[in-house]
Amino acid sequence: MFNTASTTPEKILQMLSALLLFAAVMGIILFIAGRFGGKKGDRVVAYLYLLPVLLLLAVGLVYPGLRTIYQSFFDAAGDAFIGFDNYGTIFTDADQLTVLRNTVFWVVLTPFVATAIGLVYAILVDKSRFESFAKTLIFLPMSISFVAASVIWKFMYEYRPDQGTVKQIGLINQVIVWLGGKPIQLLIESPLNTFLLIVVMIWIQAGFAMTILSAAIKAIPDDIIEAARLDGVNAWSMFRKITLPSVQPTVVVVLTTIGIGTLKVFDIVRTMTGGNFETSVVANEFYRQTFNADNQGLGAALATLLFLLVIPIVWYNIRSLRQSEAR
Amino acid sequence: MFGQPTSPRIRAALAGTLSAGLVFGLAACGGGSDDDSAGTDASASAIDCAPYTKFGDLKGKTVTIYTGIVTPEDTPHIESYKPFENCTGATIKYEGDKSFETQILVRARAGNPPDLAIVPQPGLVKQLVTTGKAVAAPQEVSDNVDKFWDKAWKSYTTIDGKFYGAPLGASVKSLVWYSPTEFKDNGYTVPTTLDELKALSDKIAGTGKKPWCAGIASGDATGWPVTDWVEDFMLRTAGPEKYDEWVSHKIPFNGPEATAALDAVGGYLKNDAYVNGGLGDIKSIATTTFQDAGLQIIDGNCSLHRQASFYAANFDKDTKVAADGDVFAFYLPGPDANTKPVLGAGEFVVAFADRPEVKAFQTYLSSDVWANTKAKLSSGWVTANKGLDPNNLTNPIDKLAGTILLDPKATFRFDGSDQMPAAVGSDAFWKQSTAWITGQDTATTLNNIEKAWPK
Repeated sequence: MFNTASTTPEKILQMLSALLLFAAVMGIILFIAGRFGGKKGDRVVAYLYLLPVLLLLAVGLVYPGLRTIYQSFFDAAGDAFIGFDNYGTIFTDADQLTVLRNTVFWVVLTPFVATAIGLVYAILVDKSRFESFAKTLIFLPMSISFVAASVIWKFMYEYRPDQGTVKQIGLINQVIVWLGGKPIQLLIESPLNTFLLIVVMIWIQAGFAMTILSAAIKAIPDDIIEAARLDGVNAWSMFRKITLPSVQPTVVVVLTTIGIGTLKVFDIVRTMTGGNFETSVVANEFYRQTFNADNQGLGAALATLLFLLVIPIVWYNIRSLRQSEAR
Repeated sequence: MFGQPTSPRIRAALAGTLSAGLVFGLAACGGGSDDDSAGTDASASAIDCAPYTKFGDLKGKTVTIYTGIVTPEDTPHIESYKPFENCTGATIKYEGDKSFETQILVRARAGNPPDLAIVPQPGLVKQLVTTGKAVAAPQEVSDNVDKFWDKAWKSYTTIDGKFYGAPLGASVKSLVWYSPTEFKDNGYTVPTTLDELKALSDKIAGTGKKPWCAGIASGDATGWPVTDWVEDFMLRTAGPEKYDEWVSHKIPFNGPEATAALDAVGGYLKNDAYVNGGLGDIKSIATTTFQDAGLQIIDGNCSLHRQASFYAANFDKDTKVAADGDVFAFYLPGPDANTKPVLGAGEFVVAFADRPEVKAFQTYLSSDVWANTKAKLSSGWVTANKGLDPNNLTNPIDKLAGTILLDPKATFRFDGSDQMPAAVGSDAFWKQSTAWITGQDTATTLNNIEKAWPK
């Protein structure tokens, strides 16, 4: 009954039974937990509560993760062990090197530019008359999905020829035409196209950076700012010596969070170019190799590479998060 | 084999069929299907149970069928099963799913397959057979296919000497869309050889108009329309036998035959004088969606667009798709007027169970009776089943496609990229074709695809 629900009542029934199952499992755990008491009992209860989470993590995350790493040492069909050949391909094949190059562009540019824009914006609108309105404006892109953002920007970059009655439908090319230029096929020219895709990510993430950083700026104690003002610092020194050091741990968290998101970027590339015209990135290539090219081994190797790249950033992110919380 | 009306067992079923047919016919109309009263007529008249008696009494039996065909195209399918259900008493459970192509593999591997699946690619049929869950087709189906289909069709689902599934629907890809009005006004005639097509292109280009428009963007499948072009020209420049060897990799992908074919395509798609009417230069082909490209014909920006029969659905409701209408298609001509290679695609019915009712339904789907029932019910659908009476096809483009498929001079070949291994057919061939459009040369393109072919 779990994969044949086709009518609405069947689906509702299925959902209800899943909820019941959930309640039953919770009930059993609570019941068992209730039987333990005292100081030693607390420990048992804590482990009991952790059990379902650990179980689901093991089934849904740890096992597939290990299996992917294992698979990355096998050939396309997953039959023959080929050692590190798949990793060799990633670092020697011309197409794969383009993928790596693009990923570097993404990871280097997106977090820094998005955070810089977010930080400057947060400072500029701080305590201004239109603060909440201005913040809403830049936060809006954050609330739409990557795919929707990509579709919007695809229209921005859309190309129509400079020919007779044909009208431009892309904003950027229309502006170029107004300025007397010839329309450009923005999404084809490499490596320009990769940077144009990065713009979309920055557009989305700047709002996130702004929101978090704005909160951090507001948390700077007023007496520090007052004291600095009394000392007669100018705006630049205020930013360099007071604001930036005070929000530094937050900046690091924002940078790394956006960095992790950027490493995994997939939707934007897939929606806007499909990875064509030399715009593919690791996450997109991983999908393409696994599901289009039916090369399980190379796909798994790319996924593993992505995993390895994300780990240090995650570790650094957690460390700075702890530090900023400790203050 | 459905020809001899033996002792009809229609009396009991008659009343039921009539009322059920009417009810379903009405439901089809109420369901917003725009092919006016076709549904009512077909269901109501399909009460002759004579052809169904051989299936015996299947009362209380259920057959599940799983497909990628969803709303609104699923309605004529479900409708076309009614006569079978009403006459045999069996119930057909239809399940349409947009992610059929990945889910069917998951279900087969998990040991939970449907009784029957409608599979759109021979490559996928092969993958399903490798799971060990697919069941070879019964003798009756095999006989039907021998009788009603060109023998090329049977080979697509014959794996290791065993035949796994009868073809169902078909589509014709060797078509060029054009504007009949424009042709009439300028005195152009529909070309019957490749040379004439070239001459016509030159003639239109001579007037200062870009004759062709093309678009190959299609999300992560970007590039596939080029593969159709290459396959069509491979069939024309190298011939069907070489084409088969090329598809099965008996000759290399980058051999002289493919080079000639790709260069021939380049004569159109990479010819500045020919493309890309209303859309820009050659490179604009890569960013124009395949859906948008042909619409330039309506806007008068280009004259010719090569795309399959299903492209008819892309024109809006006010556009008349007919030989005397706003837009229509002609057969992409062969090297001479008597050689007619046809590139196409289609679906196959693969079984995962061999219960009598499943076999019976499978046999029904491979029959001329079903083909004609289905043709009357739907628009935008054809089959290569020779038992089909072309008069049962309702709209002009279906009729054209049907005529091309059933032409005795036609040599049908299935879309090659659908048969190649995924690493080529749904990756390298698409990707490299796209790079070829944006400037990569022919040799590099073919070499890269050859390199991607799994060893």
